[in-house]
Amino acid sequence: MPAQHAAPVATLMLDQRRRVAVGASLLVLIVVILAVISIGTGAVTIAPARVIETLRGAVLGQRAIIESRDGLVILNIRLPRMLMGLMVGASLAMSGALMQGLFRNPLADPGIVGVSSGAGLAAAVVIVVGDRLFGHIAGGSFARLPIAAFFGALISTSMLYAIATRRGRTSVATMLLAGVALGALAGAATGFLSFISDDRQLRDLTFWALGSLGGATWSKVAALACGMAILVPASAFLARGLNALTLGEAEAFHLGMAVQTIKLAAIVVVAVAVGASVATSGAIGFVGLVVPHMLRLMIGPDNRLLLPLCGLAGGALLLAADIVARIVVAPAELPIGIITALIGAPYFLWLLLREEQHLS
Amino acid sequence: MTMPDTDHTASVSAEAVRFSVAGRALVDGVSLALRPGRLSVLVGPNGAGKSTLIKLMTGELAAQSGRVVYQGEEMRRIKPWQLACKRAVMAQSESMSFPFVVHDIVRMGHDGLGRHLSRAQRMAAIAQALRTAHVEHLAGRRYQTLSGGERQRVQFARVLCQLHAGQAVEATQTLFLDEPVASLDLHHQIGLLDAVRALTRKGLAALAVLHDLNLAIAYADEIVLLDEGKVAATGSPASVITPERIAKVFGVDPAVVSGGVRPAILPQGFGAGERRAEAPF
Repeated sequence: MPAQHAAPVATLMLDQRRRVAVGASLLVLIVVILAVISIGTGAVTIAPARVIETLRGAVLGQRAIIESRDGLVILNIRLPRMLMGLMVGASLAMSGALMQGLFRNPLADPGIVGVSSGAGLAAAVVIVVGDRLFGHIAGGSFARLPIAAFFGALISTSMLYAIATRRGRTSVATMLLAGVALGALAGAATGFLSFISDDRQLRDLTFWALGSLGGATWSKVAALACGMAILVPASAFLARGLNALTLGEAEAFHLGMAVQTIKLAAIVVVAVAVGASVATSGAIGFVGLVVPHMLRLMIGPDNRLLLPLCGLAGGALLLAADIVARIVVAPAELPIGIITALIGAPYFLWLLLREEQHLS
Repeated sequence: MTMPDTDHTASVSAEAVRFSVAGRALVDGVSLALRPGRLSVLVGPNGAGKSTLIKLMTGELAAQSGRVVYQGEEMRRIKPWQLACKRAVMAQSESMSFPFVVHDIVRMGHDGLGRHLSRAQRMAAIAQALRTAHVEHLAGRRYQTLSGGERQRVQFARVLCQLHAGQAVEATQTLFLDEPVASLDLHHQIGLLDAVRALTRKGLAALAVLHDLNLAIAYADEIVLLDEGKVAATGSPASVITPERIAKVFGVDPAVVSGGVRPAILPQGFGAGERRAEAPF
């Protein structure tokens, strides 16, 4: 047994690793519990035991269970909704952490700096004039929204980066203000589209503006799963590079990182993740800000741990918010964006004040 | 324009590199070879182009003409991670936007180098770097809570870790240091430069920018005096640091004491030359 005082560094790292392992297991447990509660929550309340029994039956292919009332509710409505909540939360929190690494600033959040608005505008274009623009392309209409939202997010992220970053240095003030301007611009264009839209389109647009998991379908789950299939491996690939970027672009290059590739990949991956979540559930704000920041306070800023834990915690937060959204005004439900904004906006203000103290 | 012949004994050589911004040449046709086993010290007044030359030689900036060669291979053809095995860079003033702890920052030294080391080797590289830079006791501290001098030593440890890890891939390595002792007290200035010298004795090539001419004289195997983007003189400390050159290049009136083994500079006030008018005081 090596003497502890002889290896203080190794001990330190062991403590850190143990803390992260405990935190991660705890998060997984919370996600599982919330998932079961989420599936049980709604117009028809289903007890946790019944939820588990039904899921087990469905996996084993037991017809009686699948075709029972609970089985139909769970498999057609609740399960896709729960999976959407989980993946939207994970996408938003991870893309928030990726953006903060890219901009080297803890205040970068896809919602705050206009990336979600850009994705929302592109989605609104598809909703209102999509049939006129793409009507001649037969089939594939279900993929139009996510693809449009991806390009909307890609364009706004790239523009923001080009405006706020000069010679490898990002100005926080410029980033936030440019984000507000881009968001306002996208908002105005979306407003114009809602002005010329018909009743059905207007309902769709309103749903977007507030964010909701209400319209969950398996095809939306599939779109999100495609996004996650890019986001998760890309995060693992980008984590070291983003860590090195914290030292500065030149230093990251000195350390052997392909800085331009990393930056480009981060922008594209953020656009994929935000595009997929905005296309399926509208603009749900502040998840990408609150989750990474709270986790950084707990486990530190190492992106190799931060990114996967953001995925878990973001999923947990959105599942919890969606449960609250369905309970508080039952049998009606609140748009989930209202709840995340109620949590996130004060947190953002607190963070801004704290950062200001640090700077002055 | 004729290129000087590539020097194959050099670890890194700059060949007539030039870099200008808005028509003003910051580095104007500099040729410089860094050799294994030698510590070269770059001195010169503010704005002489020292940092720019380091940026050109490390790949951070691309020379507008001329080229930089690492052991016969042109730098711009070398991939970033391969380059990181061949050279490490300690640059000026590094701030961090997120509260990493010292151990994590030092570990970043080997993060970019691919997976050539075993876990035990990586841990050993970190531990040794922390020890050599005298920051072992700070391993668990957040970077933001450190003093300027402690931060500089942490960056030095990170650079050492990179060199150590890079040895698995590359035998010939070069270390670039841009004012590495600017925030250090005398004890740690000597500690850091001793560590660099010990590494050069094992075959490392090093180029350091130093402002303290006496430190430069004490540690340099070779001094490169840069003035207005050009090499004004290069050679042994005694041959480069002469009263006339110091007066001409720095615009101060020095007394060069040459009684000991090495000369020493004692500034006596501004010189009488044209530089006086430019002096900011």
